[in-house]
Amino acid sequence: MSVLRNPWGKPRFLAVMTGGYIIWSVLPVLIAIGFAFNDGRSRTTWQGFSTRWFTGETGSVLHDPALRDALGHTLLLAVICVAVATPLGVALALGLQRWRGRGSGTVNGLMLLPLVTPEIVMGVALLLLFLQVFGGIGLGTDAQAIGQITFTLSYVVVIVRGRLVSIGPEFEEAAADLGAPRRDQFFRVLLPLLAPAIVASAAVAFATSIDDFVVTQYLSSDASTTTVSMLLYSSARGAPTPALNAIATVNLMITLLTLAFAYLVYRRFAGRDEATAVATLEV
Amino acid sequence: MSGSRWTWRLVALPGVAWLSVFFLVAFYTVLAVAFGNQDTLSQPVPHWNPLDWNVGYVSEMLDNFWHGGPFWTVSLRTIQFVALAVLLSLLIGYPVAYFTAMHAGRWKGAILLALILPLWINYLMRMLAWINLLAPDGVGSDVLHSVGIEDLFLSIGLLDEPGGWLNGQPVTVILALLYGYIPFFILPLFVAIDRIDRRQIDAARDLGASPASAFFRVTLPLSWAGILAGAVLIALPMFGDYYTADLVSASTQTNMIGNQIDEFMRQGSEKVTGAALTLLLSTFLLALMFYYLRTTRRAGTAAEV
Repeated sequence: MSVLRNPWGKPRFLAVMTGGYIIWSVLPVLIAIGFAFNDGRSRTTWQGFSTRWFTGETGSVLHDPALRDALGHTLLLAVICVAVATPLGVALALGLQRWRGRGSGTVNGLMLLPLVTPEIVMGVALLLLFLQVFGGIGLGTDAQAIGQITFTLSYVVVIVRGRLVSIGPEFEEAAADLGAPRRDQFFRVLLPLLAPAIVASAAVAFATSIDDFVVTQYLSSDASTTTVSMLLYSSARGAPTPALNAIATVNLMITLLTLAFAYLVYRRFAGRDEATAVATLEV
Repeated sequence: MSGSRWTWRLVALPGVAWLSVFFLVAFYTVLAVAFGNQDTLSQPVPHWNPLDWNVGYVSEMLDNFWHGGPFWTVSLRTIQFVALAVLLSLLIGYPVAYFTAMHAGRWKGAILLALILPLWINYLMRMLAWINLLAPDGVGSDVLHSVGIEDLFLSIGLLDEPGGWLNGQPVTVILALLYGYIPFFILPLFVAIDRIDRRQIDAARDLGASPASAFFRVTLPLSWAGILAGAVLIALPMFGDYYTADLVSASTQTNMIGNQIDEFMRQGSEKVTGAALTLLLSTFLLALMFYYLRTTRRAGTAAEV
């Protein structure tokens, strides 16, 4: 029956197309990573292998102040973002999941809106907010962190709610039946069950923050608030050295390691299907 | 944990407050600025009270649209770019999603991983990769030259000069948008095709449908929701994109609405005009989304019946 099911004749054409697509989607990035290890100054002509653009004395990610500071600022924002968005999002997810009745639908819609709002609209809105309403905060690190938290919050809520749905209320009810006080029901039953989702959502928040560009750019103030993404935007068309490829590579490794870690944690405690769902944000 | 109704509202409160201030108030600020005024230094003077709203800037913008002014040109170009990028995403993405869902067999997990991977690679790094490749002495330019694609594009007028891929070429912007957003299109489509009950296709075949008609009359309609979801998912951010055109074209000849807004808001000092344009863009996208939600809801009810 599987032979009959295929309407395209042999699926070989489809297999070739899929293979071609995957090569097309990944190969350019692999080449860019390759040139991060170029021994010369070119990003287009291979001149031998070296790690000088990562750790060399001059102009490397490690020693060039502009590159090092951009990486540092990117990580600083990511840490703030995770530290605020995770607890805020977990609480909002719990509240939304348990709070039935008036208002919960509206709040749910409000929570989902940032996910479908084009980033430039959020960037403009937050820029005007910090210029016109919160002039005291102004543009810069605080504003950038607040902006990133505002849309990573929704990712955290979506992931944690997904897990809440799959846990169901049974475990807490059992604990209640066995006489556990409400505090224990929460801290000794629900929270441990939620832990993998909390770790995964923190990782997604971290990766989202690191790779964010528009909101971070709109809320930046001066050179000290430049992130890696902003650096890539501003110097990609100039005549930069492979150090730009090197910093992009470092950025990518941090993102992928964070997500791989989260995937493994989630899979260990919550099962493969749910973990895949989180990785694709299809929760 | 049962708890009173108020406990859970209290738990949700900080998050709700956060979103209210930094999303709702922020968006209201766009309204107040767009319907406000500007001072002598062209800095915005927001009008917070809707009764004081000054529709001047927004109606000027609308006027410009209706009478074929620069904003009309840019909007039309944006719609063309986005439509072409979405269409190409469908033509390339459907076979890939279909193969992965239906025929990948034991490779399914590995292919899925490869399909997810680009989602987690920084968008700007993916653009940087193409800038390296398409530079006049880049590997990609060489390949396009030697396989004859460069000559082909030159002869049909899609490329202005040999090696000039990154100099204000609409085709480069469209292909860059395609490259940037197609992974977000394929995944929901894959999920939709993967959920199709194979027995329905088998039933169609058993009842005498040819493979092609089984595909066009069963598989394709059943994956329609996924196509639509993927198209909306990539069209929304594409309409607000400015960095793709900036990076791979760097010319005002390929400006999209996003570029126009960016020029007003961040580079220039016409924030009121920028806010008015942002407002119009948001309204358009909101309408698009409502249309999408209505269609899917209708499709959902039809399927239940």
